Amino acid sequence: MFFNSLLTNFAALEVGQHLYWQIGNIRLHGQVFLTSWILLGALLVFISLGTKKMENDPKGLQNLLEFLWDYIRDLARTQIGEKVYRDWMPFIGTLFLFVFVSNWGGALIPWRLIKLPSGELGAPTADINTTIALALLVSLSYFYAGLSNKGWRYFEYYVHPTPIMLPFKILEDFTKPLSLSFRLFGNILADELVVGVLVFLVPLILPIPVMFLGLFTSAIQALIFATLAAYYIGEAVEEHH
Amino acid sequence: MLAFNFFGATEGGLFDINATLPLMAIQVVALTYILNSLFFKPVGNVVEKREKFVSNNIIEAKNKLSEVKKLEADLLTQLQSARTEAQRIVSEAENESDKLYKEALDLANNEANASKEKARLEIESQTNAARDQLSKQADDLSELIVNRLILEK
Repeated sequence: MFFNSLLTNFAALEVGQHLYWQIGNIRLHGQVFLTSWILLGALLVFISLGTKKMENDPKGLQNLLEFLWDYIRDLARTQIGEKVYRDWMPFIGTLFLFVFVSNWGGALIPWRLIKLPSGELGAPTADINTTIALALLVSLSYFYAGLSNKGWRYFEYYVHPTPIMLPFKILEDFTKPLSLSFRLFGNILADELVVGVLVFLVPLILPIPVMFLGLFTSAIQALIFATLAAYYIGEAVEEHH
Repeated sequence: MLAFNFFGATEGGLFDINATLPLMAIQVVALTYILNSLFFKPVGNVVEKREKFVSNNIIEAKNKLSEVKKLEADLLTQLQSARTEAQRIVSEAENESDKLYKEALDLANNEANASKEKARLEIESQTNAARDQLSKQADDLSELIVNRLILEK
């Protein structure tokens, strides 16, 4: 009996339902784009407000943005190295900001209040398409970083200490995007589901600590994603001797 | 039914991969360029300019500090040499005055000795003269006595 009611509750969460947009022959998950546009719009407004009047003595928003910039620079510099971190800082920073804003936006804004014909609004990173897109961008980036920095010598990395490593290193090229995308997707979706189920079962008080835990995980996941992306790029541009 | 929805039915499902993926990738790449021109470049310029300013100021202050230290050391050596010079001059003057004092003392001693000697010689000569005279008078007297005695006889 209980199991059955749980199932119906799950069904009420509309897991795996999407708001489809049909453009010609292609189909899109509309809810992902809607939330991502709202969140990225907010992010861009926030950033343009903060950088509107840049001063040598930072005040208010500029201070916050400079802290953020410094944080991202430290992240990129420690993972990629002094030599090329400058080229990759915008990419790493964008990944961090995109994932962070998506995760927190998905967790903090009561999207459920907005009714859609099908599916529901939520964190864009809780959709597998988004996370795979991000992970593939990371893969492309580290290949590009390695090839543009070291040319064909990039492939020395595959036989680096010994040629025995070759199959493992090739396998890594597949496991990296896989683990990146599924880690982010799984964490954010699981967080949304746990909060959703708890809200259904016990609407008062009990979901609040879980929501805080969700905010914590969301931030950590953004940091992990950006750090790993930077680490992969750093690994690709690193000089072996 | 639920399991069907969960794991990718033909329509919907959690693992429904479609054109959302490439479009999202394009959107993220576009976002990278937008954020680069809106956020990373301007903020980076300001922060790096300030960092350069601060580090320049620190270097300048360090240079000034080392200059001050050098000047201080210079002054200290100058002070030291002036002090030794002063000491030298003082001791020289002391020696000089000592010498002068000794010379004057010697001179005075010599003079005193000379006048003492002279006085002694004079006393001696006068004594001699007096003795001579005395002995001469004694002789005269004795002769007189002798003569008188001889005459009386």
